[in-house]
Amino acid sequence: MRVLDGIPAFALLAIACASAPAPAPAQAPRIVQPGAPGQASREITVAEATDTSGVRHTDADVRFMQGMIGHHAQALEMVALVSTHSRSDDLRRLALRIEVSQADEMQMMRQWLGRRGEPLPDAHAHHTAHGRMPGMLTAAQMAQLAAARGPAFDRLFLEGMIQHHQGALTMVEALFKSSGGGQEPEMFDFASDVEADQAMEIARMRAMLEESTK
Amino acid sequence: MTRLVGAVAAAALVVSLASSAGAQTVAPTPAPDPRVGLKAGVRDAGVAARGLELRATLAKPDGFFDPKYPAGEPNPRVTAESEDAAAVDSAAKSTKGKKAGRAKRPARPAWGGLNFANSDLAFSGNHLFVGNFSGFTVYDISSPDKPTLLSAVVCPGGQGDVSVHGNLLFMSVEQTRGRLDCGVRGVEDPVSKDRFRGVRIFDISNVKTPKQVAAVQTCRGSHTHTLVTDPKDPAHVYVYGSGTAGARSAEELEGCSGKDPKEDPQTALFSIDVIEVPLARPQDAKVVARPRIFADEKTGNIAGLWAGGDHGEGTQKTAATNQCHDITVYPAVGLAAGACSGNGILLDISNPVAPKRLDYVSDKNFAYWHSATFNNDGTKVVFTDEWGGGMRPRCQASDQRNWGANAIFDIVDRKLVFRSYHKLPAAQTETENCVAHNGSLVPVPGRDLMVQGWYQGGISVMDFTDSANPREVAFFDRGPLDAKNLITGGYWSAYWYNGRIYGSEMSRGLDVFTLNPTDLLTQHEIDAASRVRSNAFNVQHQDTVSWPADRVVALAYVDQLARGGAIPADRTAMLRAAVTDGDAAQLSMVAGRLDERAAALTGPDATRMKALAQLLTSIK
Repeated sequence: MRVLDGIPAFALLAIACASAPAPAPAQAPRIVQPGAPGQASREITVAEATDTSGVRHTDADVRFMQGMIGHHAQALEMVALVSTHSRSDDLRRLALRIEVSQADEMQMMRQWLGRRGEPLPDAHAHHTAHGRMPGMLTAAQMAQLAAARGPAFDRLFLEGMIQHHQGALTMVEALFKSSGGGQEPEMFDFASDVEADQAMEIARMRAMLEESTK
Repeated sequence: MTRLVGAVAAAALVVSLASSAGAQTVAPTPAPDPRVGLKAGVRDAGVAARGLELRATLAKPDGFFDPKYPAGEPNPRVTAESEDAAAVDSAAKSTKGKKAGRAKRPARPAWGGLNFANSDLAFSGNHLFVGNFSGFTVYDISSPDKPTLLSAVVCPGGQGDVSVHGNLLFMSVEQTRGRLDCGVRGVEDPVSKDRFRGVRIFDISNVKTPKQVAAVQTCRGSHTHTLVTDPKDPAHVYVYGSGTAGARSAEELEGCSGKDPKEDPQTALFSIDVIEVPLARPQDAKVVARPRIFADEKTGNIAGLWAGGDHGEGTQKTAATNQCHDITVYPAVGLAAGACSGNGILLDISNPVAPKRLDYVSDKNFAYWHSATFNNDGTKVVFTDEWGGGMRPRCQASDQRNWGANAIFDIVDRKLVFRSYHKLPAAQTETENCVAHNGSLVPVPGRDLMVQGWYQGGISVMDFTDSANPREVAFFDRGPLDAKNLITGGYWSAYWYNGRIYGSEMSRGLDVFTLNPTDLLTQHEIDAASRVRSNAFNVQHQDTVSWPADRVVALAYVDQLARGGAIPADRTAMLRAAVTDGDAAQLSMVAGRLDERAAALTGPDATRMKALAQLLTSIK
């Protein structure tokens, strides 16, 4: 049951419903495109104004999204070990945060690809050498992590996840270094968010590592 | 190192009417909120309103929406079937084997949900400037209920926040697609002289044909910016640019680096850009400082504030403080409030080029410190938390009431003191992106009111006169753009300007409202607010509002004193009559009585009664 903050019931009688004026038809605009600083502005057509052909997604964008899904999948595999392998509350909380944000981003990446009719990566692609992205842990590193317990596990986990996240930063850097990559507005925003989020988690994990070796 | 704000949310959220409106106490009866269950639609959505009347609604002009998706584009929920379908559909056109090098662009239509979204608003005289991800539009609002479009200016590159000063318009550009020449087709090369990220300056002396006069490049681009005036220096204005994305390479712009400060102390992170604009020669505008306003006072570490992460079990994960999202300046009191990602900060801006941090706060319920608004006295700050970045439905019944909300702080001895949270009271659906967003004060004398956009949660007016007990006094809401899909839209901004509230709806267009009287706001209070006339308004640059010595302003105070019970009910009619018709001698006598009575009162009613007495002696 929801109660309005401090608004008495009788006040709700004053609600005007559907009294909105009909939307005014869009007015025929004078569309102006300025030039570079100091240059003249010019009138352009609607077709020119709505030409998005130069900022559509590129192969580099698709490869980034496909690769990052596999990349995130490995992070989730690492996180899955924490509840049984670690005794640290701080690490468990960190792992939960990583799980939430990486799962959320994976969902966004799948949507991004799906809406554009681009293929999703093979669910196990990240286990193959071909699917390996920068920073991903090798099979040997994953086995070593799975075998460790307690403080030894915590250290390996933090080192491994820092390496893993740095790989994601490398991927973002590579995207923006590619021809035409990250021009689509949604792509730009997503890659910027990944960069900010992973950089923040790296800083957090470095601090935890320093703390644990004191 | 960082001080945590205590959680006193629950107490603040349930506001007792009895405590704040004594004489008119009516026990609040649970009633369904009329905003719940509104019909979806772009142009025919259900509407619920209280105290706000929609006077005009103008769809975005041609050239400012994708003809294929006039409302914006649907974000379909991905189901197993649609994923399979996408996989099958594209199996034939696998990207395998294609050469890297020149960008390959698929032939299908572009899918950029924000390409043409409306964003922030700025006002100058009879002109309204509506920012847009594709540029900005200019309206004549000399007849505010019938705005007319003057021009539509195409110049994409991000959310396109706008500010106006005289004949200059400033605009933020953040995305890597931004071009110096305002072109729409992006910049293919990763390092290019054509790319523009920063703050553009347009000459708008001819509003029908704005001309770009300067483009000040910055390392991270400009997500938002704030116009800053210096009361001591009328020859310059300053712009605080806030970039929230990654920094570009030094190859493209000398001196830029996005490295960790431990690796590069000169990093472009952990600062804001201060741009100096000589008004006589705006083409010479340049970055003159990148102050380290997040530095630790003792160690000098430039990454001195919130490092990112949660605050303990069950708390929100707060972004790291290496940027401000938005800064609001109040030059008349020499202060600025920065909503800086992981912290709220208070700055002394008496020297605009060298802002100095006075205080900072963090909050375990805030995900992302997004914007700030002072009250008119400069004694309070409302910060917003943009949990979910504005794209997510964060006002659902299941969402925490103190997440994605406003947080209200008092300024005590130039320090921020937390008082309460306030969130839109009506639950929204899972297809409505909703969270606290941009708003402005509504200049009703004697009260602190703020009107605010909540994306698809609609518009809400909050009374925060009692900063520990904020409450909603008016609202307007439409149903979702779409019943099944979340289409990013709703109110980016809702600002008061000269008697109207203007709402920038990202996909539906521009809306104009009047406030209508209710038991929580009288016609006198609305009329008094409308007596305040501004020549220009940029929401991140607050000016002190003062009211004319006018009987309607006095009547607004009388209404407030009657509402709060400070004037006995049987005396109210007499006082109203005296204020309405009394001559100077009578008013002066009334003022004397009020002064005496005010001495026995405390709190807002004491302030109102003193203000009323003062006003009555000045009415001619």
